[in-house]
Amino acid sequence: MKETVIQTDKLTKKFGDFIATNAITFSVSKGEIFGFLGANGAGKTTAMRMLCGLSIPSSGTASIAGFDVYTQTEEIKKNIGYMSQRFSLYEDLSILENIRFFGGIYGLSKQQLKEKSEMLIHQLGLESEAKKLVSSLPLGWRQKLSFSVAVMHEPKIVFLDEPTGGVDPLTRRQFWDLIYAAADKGVTIFVTTHYMDEAEYCDRISIMVDGKIEAMDTPSKLKEQFAAPSMDDVFYQLARGAKRKE
Amino acid sequence: MKQFMSFVRKEFFHVLRDRKTLFILFGMPVVQILIFGFALTNEVKNSRILIVDQAHDESSKQLIREIEASQYFETENIVADFNQVEKVFKEGKIRVALVIPANFREDLLQNNAASLQLINDASDPNTATTLTNYISSIVLDFQMRNFPGGPKPIQIIPQLRMLYNPQLKGAPNFVPGVMAMVLMLICVMMTAVSIVREKETGTMEVLLVSPFKPLMVIISKAFPYLILSLINVTSILLLSVFVLDLPITGNILLLYAVSTLFIITCLSIGILISVRTDSQQVAMLISLMGMLLPALLFSGFMFPIENMPFPLQIISNIIPAKWYYIMVKAIMIKGLGFSAIWKEASILVAITLVILGISIKNFKIRLA
Repeated sequence: MKETVIQTDKLTKKFGDFIATNAITFSVSKGEIFGFLGANGAGKTTAMRMLCGLSIPSSGTASIAGFDVYTQTEEIKKNIGYMSQRFSLYEDLSILENIRFFGGIYGLSKQQLKEKSEMLIHQLGLESEAKKLVSSLPLGWRQKLSFSVAVMHEPKIVFLDEPTGGVDPLTRRQFWDLIYAAADKGVTIFVTTHYMDEAEYCDRISIMVDGKIEAMDTPSKLKEQFAAPSMDDVFYQLARGAKRKE
Repeated sequence: MKQFMSFVRKEFFHVLRDRKTLFILFGMPVVQILIFGFALTNEVKNSRILIVDQAHDESSKQLIREIEASQYFETENIVADFNQVEKVFKEGKIRVALVIPANFREDLLQNNAASLQLINDASDPNTATTLTNYISSIVLDFQMRNFPGGPKPIQIIPQLRMLYNPQLKGAPNFVPGVMAMVLMLICVMMTAVSIVREKETGTMEVLLVSPFKPLMVIISKAFPYLILSLINVTSILLLSVFVLDLPITGNILLLYAVSTLFIITCLSIGILISVRTDSQQVAMLISLMGMLLPALLFSGFMFPIENMPFPLQIISNIIPAKWYYIMVKAIMIKGLGFSAIWKEASILVAITLVILGISIKNFKIRLA
C-alpha cells in the first residue's frame, strides 16, 4: 500500500446557493498520475483551488501532503507545484530569469538555483536559448519549461490545470514524457484535461458532472464498466446527463 | 527577504524592458516640466495689434513708436480708415485695435484731455484684460514723459510687494503641480496596471499558489515604483533648480519625506484599483479619468479652489494631490518647516490608511 498524499472527504464549496463542488471524496497516492476530468463548469477548477490552498472549503475535509486545507495552507503551498491552463511564465523575461525568479520565490538558495537552472536547461536542451526572452519560444517549449519550473522546488504534488491546451499532439506526447519522468521520481501528478487521449495516459481518472464525482477508476476499468470502446464514449455518456450549462 | 529581492529584481526587468513604460516613467516628467516651463506661460507676448491713426501728427507717431517698442505687441498694420477694424478682426489677424482720433495732439495741448479707443477681442477675457493693462501703462508712460507739467489729479499709488515670487514667474506654481501629477500618474497607473497584468496573464495565480505571502506579493509589486518615483522627484527637482532657476528654499529632506508619503498614498490607490479590476484597460481608464483628472482639477494647481462652488470645495478635500501640492509649495517655495504642514501631512496619512485598509480587505475577500 502506497503512501496517500491527497485525501478528501465530502469536500464541498458553495457560492451562495450554488454548490460548485458537491461532497467529493477521493484519495491519491504517492507517484500516481491522477486525471481530473469534467466538462466546463463541472467544478474542477473550484476543487483544484481548494486543494491548492487558494480557496477555503465550505465543508468537508481534505489533507494535502499531510497538511490540512483549512489551517495549514502555507505548508501546503511549500509542498506543491502548480501550472495553470493559461501560460504562466513571464514573456518579457529570459528563460534563465524566469527560472531564477520562480526558484527565488520558492526560497531556493543561490547554490541550489545555480545547479537547478543548469540542470533544467540541459534537460530541455535549451542551452543556446537560455538568455532569450520566453516570448521568442514556441508554445510547446514554453509549456515544457513551465512544467519544469513548476517541479523545480521538488514538490510532493504537482497540480496541472489543462497544461496542454492549444499544443500539437507531438509536443503533447513529449510533455507527457516529462510528466512520466516526474512521476517516476515519486512526484504525484494531479492533472485536469479535455483531451481524452491524455486521459488514457493517467493511472487513474475521475469524472466530475455537476459538482459531483460520477466515476473514478483506471481508464481500462472505466471503459469496461460503461461498455464503451474509448474514453471519449465514457466521458460522453456521463457528461450528457449534466444539467448545468457553461 | 531573499524572496522579496528576487521579486523586486523581476519587477525591474519588466519596467526596464518595456520601452513605453520607460518613456512614460522618465520622459514624461522632463517633457512636462519643459512644456510648462517654456510653452505654457501666463504672460501675453507679441499680441498682434491694428492701429488706426486718424491723427497723423507728431504725438500719435510717438505713441505708436512706444507701442511698437514694447515686447507685448506686434503691429499688424497702421491704417487711417476706421472701417478696417471690423474687417481685420473678422479675419482673425489681431487681438486688439487702437484708434487714435484726429486732433489727438491738439486736444492734448489745448484741452488737456484726449481720448483713445481700444477695441479688444474679449472672447478670451483674461488676455483682453491683460492687454488693456499693457496699453494703459504704455499710454500713462507716454503722458508722463511728454506732459509732465500737466495738472495732476489726486493719486493713491499702492506699494506692491510680491511675496515668495517677486518676478511673478510661473514656475513656483507649476513645479509643485507637475510633481503631484507625475507621481499620481506613475504610482497609481503603473502599479494598478502591473498588478492587473499579472492577473490577466495568469501569473498571479502561480504567485498565489507559491509560499510567497499574498500581502508580500502586493508589497513587492509596489516597492519598485516607490524607488522609481523617488528618482522622478529628484529629476524634476534638478530640472527646476538648474533649468528653470527655481531654488528649493525649504528643507530638502522634509520635501522628500512628504513626497514619499504622497507616493505611498498613490501606491495604495493603485493597489485598490488593481484589486477591484480585472483588465489592464479598465485599470488604466480608472487611473486616468478617476484619479488624474480630479488631481488636475482639485489640487489648486490650475484652478483656484477658493473660486469653486462650495460642494466642489468640499470634494477637493478628499483629493490627496491637493494636500501634497500645498505642502510642496510651502516647503519648496515658501521655505516653511514641518510646523506649517503637519495638518496637511496628517490628513494625507489618514487618507492613505483608509485606502490601504479598504484594499487589504478587498484583497482578502478575493482570496477566500
